[in-house]
Amino acid sequence: MRDVAIIGIGQTPVDEHWTTGIRHLMLEAGLSALQDAAIETVDAVYVGNMLSGEIAGQSQLGALAVDFMGLGNTEAFKVEAACASGAAALRVGTMAVASGMANLVLALGVEKMTDTGGRETTAALAAAADAEYEAGQGISFVALNALLMQRYMYEYGWKHEDFANFAVTAHANGVNNPNAMFQSRISAEAYARAPMIATPVGLLDASPVCDGAAAVVLAPAEYARALSPAPVKIRASAVGMAPLAVHSRKDPLALEAARTSAHKAYQLANVKPEDLDFFELHDAFTIMAALSLEASGFAERGKGVQLALDGEITLQGRVPIATMGGLKARGHPVGATGIYQVVEAVLQLRGLAGANQLPNARLGMTQNIGGSGATIITHILEGMG
Amino acid sequence: MTEARLMKPQRAVGIIGYGAYVPMYRLPGAEIARVWTGGGRGPVREKAVAGLDEDTITIAIEAARNAIARAEILPEALRAIWVGSESHPYAVKPSATLVAEALGATPYLLAGDFEFACKAGTEALQAAMGLVGSGMGDYALAIGADTAQGRPGDELEYTAASGGSAFIIGPAERAVAVCMGSLSYVTDTPDFWRRAYQHYPSHGGRFTGEPAYFHHIESAGRALMEELALTAQDFTYAIFHQPNVKFPGRVAERLGFTEAQIETGLLSGVIGNTYAGASLTGLSAVLDIAKPGDRILLVSFGSGAGSDAFAWELTERITACQDKAPHTADYIKRRVEIDYALYTRYRGKLRD
Amino acid sequence: MEAKVANDWRLRGQRYRLEGERCGHCGAAIFPPRDICPECGKPAKTPAPLSGRGEVYTFSTVYNAPEGFEPYTPYTVALVKLEEGPVVTAQLTDVAPKDVQIGMPVEMVTRRLRTHGEEGTIVYGYKFRPRVGA
Repeated sequence: MRDVAIIGIGQTPVDEHWTTGIRHLMLEAGLSALQDAAIETVDAVYVGNMLSGEIAGQSQLGALAVDFMGLGNTEAFKVEAACASGAAALRVGTMAVASGMANLVLALGVEKMTDTGGRETTAALAAAADAEYEAGQGISFVALNALLMQRYMYEYGWKHEDFANFAVTAHANGVNNPNAMFQSRISAEAYARAPMIATPVGLLDASPVCDGAAAVVLAPAEYARALSPAPVKIRASAVGMAPLAVHSRKDPLALEAARTSAHKAYQLANVKPEDLDFFELHDAFTIMAALSLEASGFAERGKGVQLALDGEITLQGRVPIATMGGLKARGHPVGATGIYQVVEAVLQLRGLAGANQLPNARLGMTQNIGGSGATIITHILEGMG
Repeated sequence: MTEARLMKPQRAVGIIGYGAYVPMYRLPGAEIARVWTGGGRGPVREKAVAGLDEDTITIAIEAARNAIARAEILPEALRAIWVGSESHPYAVKPSATLVAEALGATPYLLAGDFEFACKAGTEALQAAMGLVGSGMGDYALAIGADTAQGRPGDELEYTAASGGSAFIIGPAERAVAVCMGSLSYVTDTPDFWRRAYQHYPSHGGRFTGEPAYFHHIESAGRALMEELALTAQDFTYAIFHQPNVKFPGRVAERLGFTEAQIETGLLSGVIGNTYAGASLTGLSAVLDIAKPGDRILLVSFGSGAGSDAFAWELTERITACQDKAPHTADYIKRRVEIDYALYTRYRGKLRD
Repeated sequence: MEAKVANDWRLRGQRYRLEGERCGHCGAAIFPPRDICPECGKPAKTPAPLSGRGEVYTFSTVYNAPEGFEPYTPYTVALVKLEEGPVVTAQLTDVAPKDVQIGMPVEMVTRRLRTHGEEGTIVYGYKFRPRVGA
């Protein structure tokens, strides 16, 4: 197997793109990544997306992408793993390049969520859960996270307000990301005042419904330096799985799939959590940020919230997370999120993260969570510059 | 003709299990009066209102589960499930098949719905007695349940309530209450009706009284007592259809019953008129506390119109069976008062 | 969303009466049916009823409902740990959100889950509520 590197990145702003449809979002992010890599074509395009069938009535996103990007008969298809679709597309692309079946691959993530009304989008997102035994009972995707948060608060004695810093930090970092949906700060008071969506998850515990697309170009690491001034090597790509439904997991708060995928990734890259300069985690909900920190080895069980309370998750902290705003402030266009995380990690590793640049960032990790934690994909990235 | 009036199967039958269900929400009569007359009271103190996720089928299922728990039979042993109601959730598609499936009684059984206004449940009970009495089956389940609706502002709105009860008929040897005999009295009397596709029923005002309610209940009750050579004094309890509190009291008096005999089975003051469930839930409440040897007279009334009368005698088995499922009183005391606004939402009265 | 009549019909045993499976090898109770025992990995296809009694493991009150469930908001969903072992995701009913607590004993009832519009089918299924009576 060959080592794989990222030689180009592209992204659209995350926003409510009223004037742009799913094909043009893909086009904009995809072409921008090709341009960044200074290439015109690739061997394959893999599109991470969750909701195009439900919301746009559009399947075959791969065909649509290469058609409208002018890539003719380039191999292309969609990869789906709910909110982890983006990282899944990256992993498929990584496997293609690592195996030698392709040399240049475009891994693209796209989601267009705002074309349906709130309740339809809520119903579409609920499809990430077990359709018959979770969503069929009227549970929303937010409520699944709320069930975890309620139990977490009960078991470890945390209060709702203790989670505030996850949202506050994400928004503070979003201020300096021109592609973030929210480029504004929020206060702990505003967090506490926010209306409940599904108790105890309030509006400011949750990431927004939004649109966006992001893309990366993959190439064999051995040629990466020749193709790019600042390539980033994929040191590890690892998937962890857990039962689809929360009710089928022996220990729902363990976020077992995150533990599996993070530890597989550490092993592959031969690194430890403390070696990482930052962690782009999947803070779709504040509770997910806490659980992910614990499962990935940054905090003991029940102590993830403590990292936020202690300020360890800020850009100056021990474990900087959501460095460009995370899912909370950059936004969470679900199937695109996994690629956005990687694009932002590449910016940090290239030293191009602007006001949010971490000093000497060399090694970063991204983690993309599908549904309530059934599919979790972790990547470890290293700057080759 | 008198010899043909009594209906008693050749094989002796009785109730082997019973169960009630009453939703927890209560709308006080004073609250309806506040909205529609600016104050005052209604003919009942309050009525039971089904929640957003309840209907005749869900009420029937819970009452039937209680009946099965008391009967201690396997659901598969039932050869018939008949649901009597004027508020079946579907116009076409049986309530009874869904109830049967929920109980685990499918597939070898009769299942169907009865409609005869407030006596649909007792009509089903008669049919169940016929089925078991003939030997076509050993066990049959009859249910009376309703989520009755009154037109907003109409006098019926004070009383139209939700609830129901279920009875499993089986051989007398296994019965908690043996049927001494029954009888039905039916004429074509349009005192109350609902045309197809109409939301709310219409009624004949005072015509619903003497020529309808009183005439049919009195005729059926008197005829049954004559046939069995019994008088009011021979019964421990009597239960009459209860569209309000006043009517059953008055008809009891005319038939020679005292207030003490009817008060246990008279629930309309606290749950309203549960239509097909009304007299049957009164019977459930009586069975919850009655003793071996007690005799019970039950006379239903259904608009349109008719009455079914039954005489029951309790066996030793009643005592052990009473606590195998929640009592009617357990449901009645589970009380959450709602206001008229919430009531209009719960009962689907808010329309675009 | 279109009424998925056949899909709903296939699930009637589970939805109406909480029918699970019992593993003939290790005796584990299984819900929802999987045909393969999650405990011992052996085939387990024997349908078996569950008592419907359990306690609240965790819960959430939903204010923004998915399409089809809006008429019922706010409603409370929960993970209910059944006496036999399996955990079920279900709505709680007949209880005010403020009265729900982790550890609360509940029992299964069959209620309306949703309707498919004015003309479509009515979907019934299990919910849980505070235990009634003894």
